[in-house]
Amino acid sequence: MHYHVYIATERKEAILDPQGKATHHALDSLGLSQVEDVRIGKFIRLAVDADSKEKAQSIAEESSKKLLANPIMETFRVIEIKESAK
Amino acid sequence: MKTRIIVFPGSNCDHDAMNSVKDVMHNADTEFIWHKDESIGKNVDLVILPGGFSYGDYLRTGAIARFSPVMKDVIRFANDGGTVIGICNGFQVLCESGLLPGVLIRNEALKFRCKWVNLRSENTDTIFTNSLLPGEVIKIPIAHGEGLYMADPHVIDELEANKQVVFRYSSESGEIVTEANPNGSVNNIAGIINKEGNVMGMMPHPERACEAILGSADGRKIFSSLMRHFEFAKSGKMAAV
Repeated sequence: MHYHVYIATERKEAILDPQGKATHHALDSLGLSQVEDVRIGKFIRLAVDADSKEKAQSIAEESSKKLLANPIMETFRVIEIKESAK
Repeated sequence: MKTRIIVFPGSNCDHDAMNSVKDVMHNADTEFIWHKDESIGKNVDLVILPGGFSYGDYLRTGAIARFSPVMKDVIRFANDGGTVIGICNGFQVLCESGLLPGVLIRNEALKFRCKWVNLRSENTDTIFTNSLLPGEVIKIPIAHGEGLYMADPHVIDELEANKQVVFRYSSESGEIVTEANPNGSVNNIAGIINKEGNVMGMMPHPERACEAILGSADGRKIFSSLMRHFEFAKSGKMAAV
């Protein structure tokens, strides 16, 4: 089976996020003052060939732990797994 | 001093390192190692991970280079006590490899900083810094967008307690002040060493400051420290370099 696995990585709260901060300032200057904070992470799609959804999930988790996220500064979550044509 | 400089796709300070170590410092046995090689060779004294933008800084700086074929042997070498210096992108690769603690993230001001900085020598009792005097201020250039060093507070405390902070950004007279910090690094940290003392990473570029005509020759002191160390180890005599 082929799956598309979507993963989000986020910086830990304690880690400075200067990009998020600059973007927050820009939103504020656009008048969107209700936005209280901005944090910028990454959104990754893996195309995975696996026997089951669970297996696809575990491959995505292993990929995230080994490479996609740096555990010192980031956390990751598997957001969605969808079957795909190929 | 048998020196090997690792070349990743996107390395751009590999030739500066070669020029400084081989031609300026007259260290004849200095060669490049391509990242696809699986071995750095035998009886190597020093491995240099040079600056640049390995793999275009994709994903995170140093994250992909860390899995280059040659890195397995570099990590083995370092874990066996081999001497490794990572400069700029090389420092980022060392952090991603877990050979040094912490991480380097985007400069606080979000700008690429390319300028001369002053560094205060915080620990001169290392094989990388034995030619420097305690507190000596050296002038070395930086050129990076991701040089803000940070780690969990308990890791920073440990680094400070063990004297693993080797260089800090300072004023010309050696004061550790916020204005001298070009990237927002915690405690003005510019370079650190591992607990065992055989792996050092620094964001500034000593290999770009080995000849007065380039603006400073202070970078020589780092390479001369290493050469003194290895000459002494081999001959039992301290060489004057």
